[in-house]
Amino acid sequence: MEYFLELFFSGLTRGSIYALIALGYTMVYGIIGLINFAHGEIYMIGAFTALICATVLTIWGLPPLAVLGLSAFAAIIWSAAYGLTVERIAYRPLRHAPRLSPLISAIGMSIFLQNYVLLAQTADFVSFPALIPDFAWLEPYRSIIGSSDLVILLTTAVVMLLLTILIKGTKIGRAMRATAQDREMALLLGIDVNLVISVTFVIGSALAAIGGVLIASHIGQINFAIGFLAGIKAFTAAVLGGIGSVPGAVLGSLLLGWTESFATGYISSDYEDVFAFALLVLILIFRPSGILGRHHNQKV
Amino acid sequence: MSEVRPLLEVRGLSMAFGGLRALHDLDLEVSCGEIVALIGPNGAGKTTFFNCLTGVYAPSAGDILLNRPDGKALRLNGLLPNQITKHGLARTFQNIRLFSEMTVLENVMIGCHCRHRAGILGAILRGPATRAEEAAIIDKSYTILQHLRIAQYANDVAKSLPYGVQRTLEIARALATEPVLLLLDEPAAGLNPTETSELDALILQIRERYRLAILLIEHDMKLVMSLSDRIYVVDYGERIAQGTPAEIRNNPAVIKAYLGEDDA
Repeated sequence: MEYFLELFFSGLTRGSIYALIALGYTMVYGIIGLINFAHGEIYMIGAFTALICATVLTIWGLPPLAVLGLSAFAAIIWSAAYGLTVERIAYRPLRHAPRLSPLISAIGMSIFLQNYVLLAQTADFVSFPALIPDFAWLEPYRSIIGSSDLVILLTTAVVMLLLTILIKGTKIGRAMRATAQDREMALLLGIDVNLVISVTFVIGSALAAIGGVLIASHIGQINFAIGFLAGIKAFTAAVLGGIGSVPGAVLGSLLLGWTESFATGYISSDYEDVFAFALLVLILIFRPSGILGRHHNQKV
Repeated sequence: MSEVRPLLEVRGLSMAFGGLRALHDLDLEVSCGEIVALIGPNGAGKTTFFNCLTGVYAPSAGDILLNRPDGKALRLNGLLPNQITKHGLARTFQNIRLFSEMTVLENVMIGCHCRHRAGILGAILRGPATRAEEAAIIDKSYTILQHLRIAQYANDVAKSLPYGVQRTLEIARALATEPVLLLLDEPAAGLNPTETSELDALILQIRERYRLAILLIEHDMKLVMSLSDRIYVVDYGERIAQGTPAEIRNNPAVIKAYLGEDDA
């Protein structure tokens, strides 16, 4: 039972991180119908930004939690700036181009950002400080859930809650939903659609940055290529849940996290990715629009 | 004092799609408080004309001038649809285009979007100003629903509504943008005779209450004849007649456009 719980929580943690990244994919897809392949790189840039900040702040002698907070903040700002810029230079000029063009542009952006970090930083894995301190009161449960798992879960829960409020209950959220449903109509009702798209990229990138900081601190090392696999996994999760659907992305992520965790724990860690992608293949065969995805009728 | 300029002045408007001339050298005027109808056979270019007015299409030639009641005068062609909406044009669609997954109230609230200024930061921080504005938007939207007598549907999802109510909701949403000129694209399409006569009364009531001008495209001639102050007739993208309902009714060119030319 304890082993089951351990796997359950480690899957939940994994799933939470996937969810933070998957939300960026699904929101962008929902609004402009583009798979933003550079999104994983935004997450990687978030992790690197946090690392650089954390190093400086630790040298200055700040306590770990303050270092974590400030580095996460810096990572959010910096990643959001990257997300915004990528949209502005790589996607917006192609807004009316055939669907394939922005997709290729996205892949180009992904390759560019990876290599940029490779050249500007290093090709090696660099160690990331464990910014989340061990809570003493959690000691008895250490074998089931670690303190970084707990912080990741709580942070994700709070972020999801804020995001839900933003989407459901605010003016900009309403504009986002309207744009996702019918961009032209939104424009005709006076909504600045370009602004809405920019905001979507900023929010998606900020979430990815939070994911980047948390996972880097959890695992303890990063390199320039971590965005690739994380991006693919989160994308898988978004497709699983139904791309374009916000609750779908969260559900798909948790499902993927548990699949990986239980497959690793009960079968073999060699098969972790096999199970993850087998799950994707099955869903795509039996429910092509994803778990919560809606089948869209083509408008005539 | 100089002469009062009409609210909307369209001069020599042309729109070509490749070799197809959808609109050719079209002139049209709408004054404040007027109800003007645009009629013509299918494919005459009426909806294209609306698309040019609202910035969905960029016209190939001509001018669209808006002389707002507050004295501001502007040229609309070349502006983006959201800017044009801000300047006071709102429209409904021939085939209903509501945000079908949202509630009735939310649909109208989206219409209020361009008249309110809460920024993104405000949305995240939710200070008192943002909350007050949100409350004001809800109030305003609800009032519009009450005026159009569909407030009882406020919390229903748009796609679940009866067809006639969906049509009314489209008008409500357009009103929420606070237009000076309301463009209605076949508002009576698909309505039964009772609903159509209710629509007739509703449109007159909207004009009184919101003090706006209305330009409508409509195929229901009974509605057009009873509502309109003036009528423009287009065929093959060209204006073939204009005048009061009585003048149009007796214009042989109009009858010919609808029935086709007698070749014999």
